[in-house]
Amino acid sequence: MIRKFLYLEWKAFTRSASFGTNLAVKILVGFLAVYFTLVFLAIGIGAFYILKELKLDPIVTINKFMIYYLLVDLIIRLLLQKIPVMNIRPLLVLPIKKPIIVHFSLGKTVLSFFNFVHAFFFLPFSIVLIYNGYDVLSVILWHTAMVSLIYINNFVNILLGNKDNLLAVFIGIVATLGGLQYYGYFGITSYTAPFFEALFNTYWAFAIPEIGLIGLYYVTFHYFKSNLYLDAGLSSKHDIAKTEDLTWLNQFGTIGTFLKNDIKLIKRNKRSKTTVGMSVMFLFYGLLFFTNGIEAYNNPTMHIFAGIFVSGGFLITFGQFVPSWDSAYYQLMMTQNIPYKGYLSSKWWLMVIATIVTTIIASFYLYFGWQVYMTIVVGAIYNIGVNSHLVLLGGAFTKTPIDLDSGKGAFGDKKAFNIKTMLISIPQLALPVLVYWIGAKLANANVGLALIALLGIIGFAFKNKAFSMIEKIYKTEKYATIASYKQKS
Amino acid sequence: MINVQNLSKTYNGTTVLKIDSLTIPKGQSFGLVGNNGAGKTTFFSLILDLIQPSTGHIINNDVQVNTSENWKPFTASFLDESFLIGYLTPEEYFYFIGDLRGQNKADVDALLTKHEEFFNGEILKNKKYLRDLSKGNQKKVGIIATLIGNPEVVILDEPFANLDPTTVIRLKKIIKELAENPDVTVLVSSHDLLHTVEVCDRIVALNKGEVVKDIQTSAETLQELETFFAV
Repeated sequence: MIRKFLYLEWKAFTRSASFGTNLAVKILVGFLAVYFTLVFLAIGIGAFYILKELKLDPIVTINKFMIYYLLVDLIIRLLLQKIPVMNIRPLLVLPIKKPIIVHFSLGKTVLSFFNFVHAFFFLPFSIVLIYNGYDVLSVILWHTAMVSLIYINNFVNILLGNKDNLLAVFIGIVATLGGLQYYGYFGITSYTAPFFEALFNTYWAFAIPEIGLIGLYYVTFHYFKSNLYLDAGLSSKHDIAKTEDLTWLNQFGTIGTFLKNDIKLIKRNKRSKTTVGMSVMFLFYGLLFFTNGIEAYNNPTMHIFAGIFVSGGFLITFGQFVPSWDSAYYQLMMTQNIPYKGYLSSKWWLMVIATIVTTIIASFYLYFGWQVYMTIVVGAIYNIGVNSHLVLLGGAFTKTPIDLDSGKGAFGDKKAFNIKTMLISIPQLALPVLVYWIGAKLANANVGLALIALLGIIGFAFKNKAFSMIEKIYKTEKYATIASYKQKS
Repeated sequence: MINVQNLSKTYNGTTVLKIDSLTIPKGQSFGLVGNNGAGKTTFFSLILDLIQPSTGHIINNDVQVNTSENWKPFTASFLDESFLIGYLTPEEYFYFIGDLRGQNKADVDALLTKHEEFFNGEILKNKKYLRDLSKGNQKKVGIIATLIGNPEVVILDEPFANLDPTTVIRLKKIIKELAENPDVTVLVSSHDLLHTVEVCDRIVALNKGEVVKDIQTSAETLQELETFFAV
């Protein structure tokens, strides 16, 4: 029986959309995978020596912050790790005993990337510990305890999987705890560290996570088994719909019609909501650059980079998938009396409004001085004038259909991950950095900023020209786009 | 109204549709029957310029569909669920289509009231998004949406499939009403010979992409078609 399941899994894997993409993209993804593996390995091996260098006891420090490591892991899982329930449906009516189905589905999650990635940290770290003369048995017990904790996270995520708002709660908890700790009001670590310490220092404490894991598996198993019905655990959630007229948008004519739709699209689909969440993260990305947190980032040229990102989060994450957002009903759009210009304009306006709103919110960067905020404003001008067009242009060639319902696909999901769009976004960032660098070299920093703003204004002036060019591409790509959007199923 | 010349569609050397000449006059209700893979949906997709013809062309009311988009204002169609916007409520969807077809809210409301019976109380004000409706109810929404803005050409692919008996009877009434209007050309495809014969003035049977029968509906048509398909 298991062999049959494995056969199905293998087929699902080799026939997934990601295998269909062309060779160059595959090679690039391969390089990225190798790169990240090496980075993780380096961290795993390096962590010990770096902490030693900082005059900290490596194992004590790691244990101290382990609680954050686990919480962040849980958040990432809630955000990204998919729970394989839906593909169980066809198995239910076949002569297979339910426990087998459940064991297999749960077993599948054990092999998930989200569990294995931790091995890249824990394995080298443990080996380095042993290499440096730590008690072998202690290290092994500690290591097994950590593996159990990671798997506890795995099953907690499965149990919590279907609850949407939990993510915000967890992020809130971690942010609060982190904040309190950072400013020295309350350190959760002083309460949790002894537990993690015990995992290392005693020969019995490791049993706690082990037993916890076994218990949790038992609970998850029974939870799933008793919910293995189409109207229970396997049901798809139905939202209560509310008709919204958004009549105030009527004054914008055709653009208003599309804007209404786009607003509903963003509000009512998981995938787009995740995208908006991501663009909020971009808003804070600049903190890495402007707080001197990372030395390599702290130079004016890199600041330009940050300026583009801070104001352009939505533009980049949403815009690169125009018109894929409408892929599910692209045939309808193509048979209706739709002016491409109106369609494109509405997407453009959406991005412009989002960029302006983000720039206003980003005014908290004023804390770091006028120069920093000016960088962001200039970035916004460039985003509106140039990048908005580039993003729409790139989108014309993007033919990845988007499954609006799966929120976890916004990044990470193989299907949505599109290196091509990433490549298109490189000139979007490289050009302003280059222009600034030239400006700053020839005159001074303000001239550099002015040049970028000028580029943005020029781009804005050529809006109509750019639009008719994009429109032409949309028209020539029409049949290919329809065909590839249809391939989704 | 619709004029087909030397039309063919070939995928990797396999010809899936080949129609040398076909004219559908204005006001006709045109039924397309055939087995799976006969080319019905391919033909409709070609009329709607969703795919490119390998040879030949289609003219819809003096507009060649693969070179101009001017057929769009007077042509309405519903082929499958990919013509629905899943995250909208039925009302929002109707108003959206209405906006695109230059109809205001009141026009759309009037049409919806007229077809209240067809919806059977399961569509409007039901607090559900289109993606959460059953297949049959989705179809009802798609079909009624094609009537918004008084189109001159209405194209429905398999409208009878997935509908309950009551709705099928009501749908036949709606299509007959459309057919009676001399300004409206209706194109319907179906597997169901009986339904098609009932609502259409003319029936064309496709087999492996070619027109094998072209008959004006009469009392003997059903018999003739059944004999033809009983192989």
